[in-house]
Amino acid sequence: MKFGVIVFPGSNCDMDCYYAVQFLGENVSYVWHQETNLFSYDCLILPGGFSYGDYLRTGSIAHLSPVMEAVKKFALEGGLVIGICNGFQILLESGLLPGAMLRNKSLKFICRYVYLRVENPETPFTKLAKKGQILKIPIAHYEGNYYAPPEVVTQLKANNQIVLRYCDEKGNITEEANPNGSIENIAGIINERGNIFGLMPHPERSVEPLLGSSDGKIILKSIIESVKAKI
Amino acid sequence: MALLYKELGLRKEEYQRICELLGREPNYLELSMFSVMWSEHCAYKHSKEVLKMLPTEAPWVLQGPGENAGAVDIGDNLAVVFKIESHNHPSAIEPYQGAATGIGGIVRDIFAMGARPIALLDSLRFGSLKKPRVKYLFEGVVAGISSYGNCIGVPTVGGDLYFEEAYEGNPLVNVMCVGLVERENIIKGHAKGEGNLVLLIGSKTGRDGIHGCTFASEELGQELETKKPAVQVGDPFTEKLLIEACLELVSKNLLVALQDLGAAGLTSSSSEMASKGGVGIEIDVLKVPRRERGMQPFEVMISESQERMLAIVEPEKISQALEVCQKWGLDATVIGKVINSRKIKVYEGENLVGEIPTYALTKEAPVYNPKAEKPQYLAQTESFNLKNLTHPKDLNEVLVKLLCSPNLSFREWVYSQYDYMVQTNTIGLPGSDAAILRIKGTKKAIALSVDGNGRYSYLDPLMGGQIAVAEAARNVVVSGAKPLALTNCLNFGTPEDPQIFWQFKEAVKGIARACQALGIPVVSGNVSFYNESFQKAIYPTPIIGMVGLLEDVIYHTPMGFVEEGNLILLLGETRSELGGSEYLKEIFGIVKGKPPLINLEEEKRIQALTLAGIKEGIILSAHDVSEGGLAVALAECALTSGMGARIDEINIPLKPEFLFSESQSRVIITLRGEDLPRLKILTAQYDTSFEVLGHVSGEKLVIGNKIDLEVKEVAKIWREALPKLVKG
Repeated sequence: MKFGVIVFPGSNCDMDCYYAVQFLGENVSYVWHQETNLFSYDCLILPGGFSYGDYLRTGSIAHLSPVMEAVKKFALEGGLVIGICNGFQILLESGLLPGAMLRNKSLKFICRYVYLRVENPETPFTKLAKKGQILKIPIAHYEGNYYAPPEVVTQLKANNQIVLRYCDEKGNITEEANPNGSIENIAGIINERGNIFGLMPHPERSVEPLLGSSDGKIILKSIIESVKAKI
Repeated sequence: MALLYKELGLRKEEYQRICELLGREPNYLELSMFSVMWSEHCAYKHSKEVLKMLPTEAPWVLQGPGENAGAVDIGDNLAVVFKIESHNHPSAIEPYQGAATGIGGIVRDIFAMGARPIALLDSLRFGSLKKPRVKYLFEGVVAGISSYGNCIGVPTVGGDLYFEEAYEGNPLVNVMCVGLVERENIIKGHAKGEGNLVLLIGSKTGRDGIHGCTFASEELGQELETKKPAVQVGDPFTEKLLIEACLELVSKNLLVALQDLGAAGLTSSSSEMASKGGVGIEIDVLKVPRRERGMQPFEVMISESQERMLAIVEPEKISQALEVCQKWGLDATVIGKVINSRKIKVYEGENLVGEIPTYALTKEAPVYNPKAEKPQYLAQTESFNLKNLTHPKDLNEVLVKLLCSPNLSFREWVYSQYDYMVQTNTIGLPGSDAAILRIKGTKKAIALSVDGNGRYSYLDPLMGGQIAVAEAARNVVVSGAKPLALTNCLNFGTPEDPQIFWQFKEAVKGIARACQALGIPVVSGNVSFYNESFQKAIYPTPIIGMVGLLEDVIYHTPMGFVEEGNLILLLGETRSELGGSEYLKEIFGIVKGKPPLINLEEEKRIQALTLAGIKEGIILSAHDVSEGGLAVALAECALTSGMGARIDEINIPLKPEFLFSESQSRVIITLRGEDLPRLKILTAQYDTSFEVLGHVSGEKLVIGNKIDLEVKEVAKIWREALPKLVKG
């Protein structure tokens, strides 16, 4: 199978995603933001970083890149798309996922490990996890305070689209365990069809125990398994 | 013209020398170029002679001082490139942009060598957090580092932070950047080849930072607010594009030379490149893309607009080079060419508007050897009698107070605002003795540390300089690395003041002495003088940035305790040394006495022993004993691991003079009981003293009958101390 890591000007986790996929033994290529044909890939990663400096609003310029039209087509055909951090913000800006990001409630950038509870293990991105499993994966963002209107949140819940929520070490969803103020402690959501996944935490930063955690592997390996099962 | 030189910060004799070098009077453009190139910031005119004391060579040094940054060989065909630089004055005026552009500048020095920037470390000094302006400066600097460093995707992995009244009007913001490059891709700033093109890449040029480096070479006065326009504004997005574009240009072998535009802008980059290559450069200011209308040639030549690089490109490669820049969406414009006559010629279209011999701007800059005189205050600080102190009885209270002091409290409030993990090389969290980064594709790792105790240097700069080097090396060693080389940032007051210059000379002498003894060369550095505000100088503060190598990442050793039941040992000797200590400052409000002594031979043996024990796998954790002494160091081992300790075999007197003494060359280690005989053999082999202190045990830190604290409880207040100080 083959991953494509999309490179926007200002992406800075592109190399980390590339490295993590390679570390797990799969093929991967960079995809320049001006490319328009993506059908040779099995999964597209929109990496973290500061596309276009995030000077206007996170992801707001990147979503106008030529590649995003191609990403939409790719997703329409059922291809798997994962947006991590800035990638998630771009998915929100392009309307591929519902909701928006606000600044962290602390009004400060936050880099640290968080605990996540897997709410929906029946997605191509989490199929190797168990329901309620707790993952330790780092976050690093300034605008990760997820917001959606109440009716959208109700819908997300009804459709089981909330995939990951911030929790404490024991899996409790609490106010203290919410690092950025996200509504309902939401850390990651999926589209209705189940092939576009956005999350603020960085699974690519936690694939090796040497760096502190390898729980991110569960997400990346789920993708690999899902694609291989399809092929 | 003759009267203008003063306004531009030049002396009368300097102006006369300019006239001699030119054989005529300079015009305004030329005078401006001289004024920036002959500023202390660019010319090192007061420090050059003294810096010659520093050893700069070793077999593994690939590049010593004189280039954009230093470089050392780490094997596997890789080199580590690094440098530290100050951005003190801009940060004193506009903390957010001052710190941000400080990051931008030092990062450009690293990729100007062809290296990918892989780490940042910040050494910060502020006044007391009780002052609202200090809080503003502190929060602004941290936010500036956070916004710029995070955006460009270079992790901020370490640093140090102290609060001390002496830095109130003039904070220190020293930033170290570390890069990684394949040896054959190292590129230098030597302009070569007549007819080769001068390519300006990056941001458009505006009027920002005109005379910025002249301003860096003056004391800060009352007109602080009026200097704000001299502070540049950072654009990290463009910097990120510049990093990628320049590294692509280098890897495709499209450049002859590369240099960043820092202080003194086009003037310094062009003249330094020409000077290093022994050539001349011709520039047409009309070709320089501008952000503002009506800019004069002198403004274009000395503007310090950020995020610009200057490259020398062979004509046949120019179209390929332009293509790379275009791909990254960057302006790239040929603004001139290399010429054989050693002159910097400035044209405005057809008209020659300035012409200066290359070396007149660089090698011919004046060098001074000012008077040095031992400061008067030392008589008073040195004669202070520590024996007259009445020590507090409750040492539990003292220890908690020290741990929650601004200087020793937990640093998460700062580092959690930095992305310290991007690039996925960082092992462990910031806040340890040294930051560890694995080197992908090898089994190696590097260890990085910045250190410099200004209080020690204030009380004895010779000792302070030595300790700064020894401690930075020790921090790298306890993390499992062999120190390779260092970079230094020397922060001092006004060099024309003999008492300040004495501090400077002594501190450099101390650094040189420690470097010689420990076999560590200096490969890059920066001098920052004029750190004074309202006639008060900062503490003389030499900051050392150390780079060490772990041959194998498995040698990486934590500072905190590892296993219940392990033996806790102290390597080195504890003497009653409270001069300049955190205890003396925090409990008595006194900064006096003599700083702790250092015996460099003993230091060397302790470091060698520690490294040997780590490599043999018997030392499971190691922590340097520094500010706050043994009691604080033991507490840090407990707090970072969440494990307690029973220190009941200790022979050191359980008095504050010993428990909080800051005696040098000491390391706390832990090992399994069965490895004690082997350690004893090692200590004999390395001729070092050691003593068993006790065991890792339970959930309390117990030191004899003097200290008895719940680790969990103390951890909580230690963690909350800094956020509280910021809010309070």
